[in-house]
Amino acid sequence: MVASASKCRTCRAPAIIDLPRHNAHFCAEHFLQLCRRQVTKAVEQFEMLNADDKVLVAVSGGKDSLAVWDMLVELGYHADGLYIGLGIGEYSDTSADYARAFARDRGLHLVEVSLRDEYDYDVPTASRATRRVPCSACGISKRHLFDSAALKGGYTVLVTGHNLDDEAAVLFGNTLRWDVEYLARQLPVLPARDGFPKKVKPLIRLTERETAAWCIVRGIDYLVEECPMAVGNKHLAYKAALNAIEHESPGSKANFYLGFLDNMAPLLAGRSAADEHALNACSSCGAPTTGELCAFCRLVERAAAHEPVPVELLLRKGRSR
Amino acid sequence: MRVLLRNPRREVEVAGRRSVNALLRELGLPRESHLVIRNGTLVPGDADLADDDEVEIRPVISGGV
Repeated sequence: MVASASKCRTCRAPAIIDLPRHNAHFCAEHFLQLCRRQVTKAVEQFEMLNADDKVLVAVSGGKDSLAVWDMLVELGYHADGLYIGLGIGEYSDTSADYARAFARDRGLHLVEVSLRDEYDYDVPTASRATRRVPCSACGISKRHLFDSAALKGGYTVLVTGHNLDDEAAVLFGNTLRWDVEYLARQLPVLPARDGFPKKVKPLIRLTERETAAWCIVRGIDYLVEECPMAVGNKHLAYKAALNAIEHESPGSKANFYLGFLDNMAPLLAGRSAADEHALNACSSCGAPTTGELCAFCRLVERAAAHEPVPVELLLRKGRSR
Repeated sequence: MRVLLRNPRREVEVAGRRSVNALLRELGLPRESHLVIRNGTLVPGDADLADDDEVEIRPVISGGV
């Protein structure tokens, strides 16, 4: 075995990772220190968390959500986890195992909600019943259940593991369409209002290469396999395009998204129509909505009435298109 | 060296010493979206890989939002 030639920028020990956007290499210890600093900076700059917050972290069993849970606990926050069983066949079974093992090994509390057990549907069935892409039903379900679990459990903040690549890709898509409504709402903190909990994204200053490296260095076992239903979605294409730019010009993704937050988001403040809408209580579940029935309850109505659709059936259909 | 690839999980044999960056280039894998683990430890792009190394190339891109 041969050691790497590069040295840590901070201590000159052998490096374990190169970060072209920082024009530097780091050893394990100073890489973790860099990640902690980036998260602390995001939390402080956008006033995401207070020391006395009761935090609920939405966890999927993947690298980002387990990394952010690990970092927040390490930084001293009181943080529980929330796992939503989406019913995406073996993928969901395995992802639940990773989330449970992480919580068990660290003595942390994991709240679990199962779509099939508690609402009588799953994501593949909802996709078929609504004739929409699975990511749509998945997003509606997760957003609603994150909100309701946070409120029900008395949590003051809901944390998600969205990283710099996620946010840059969403911004790229919103910009390609000049979707001012979505651009005006693409903020790392959504304050609590009208029955919605406060929601924050502490990983916005870390790339997904960095969150994956955090997990590897910290010995966190996470689900590496990609969701079978996400294959070929637009979000992945946007990430590939941004990574091609990043390769040519390191730091571009951070400049694009963090520059948007600094320079563009203030100009768009108040431009979201969603801020203006008066919200009613959903006639079925009581969640805030602009209509009579919220999007989640409309989804449950259609999906729960449909015969269960195994994920394999949906994937076979996707491949034959 | 034995190289483990993910998504889907598979193994390939690659002969001859080379750097991490060279291996990624040969396999057509972008550096920005992959990490390389040599014998259980993360290594940077200029690290050397030898014939008796066990290497994992781990993709880091997630599709959901």
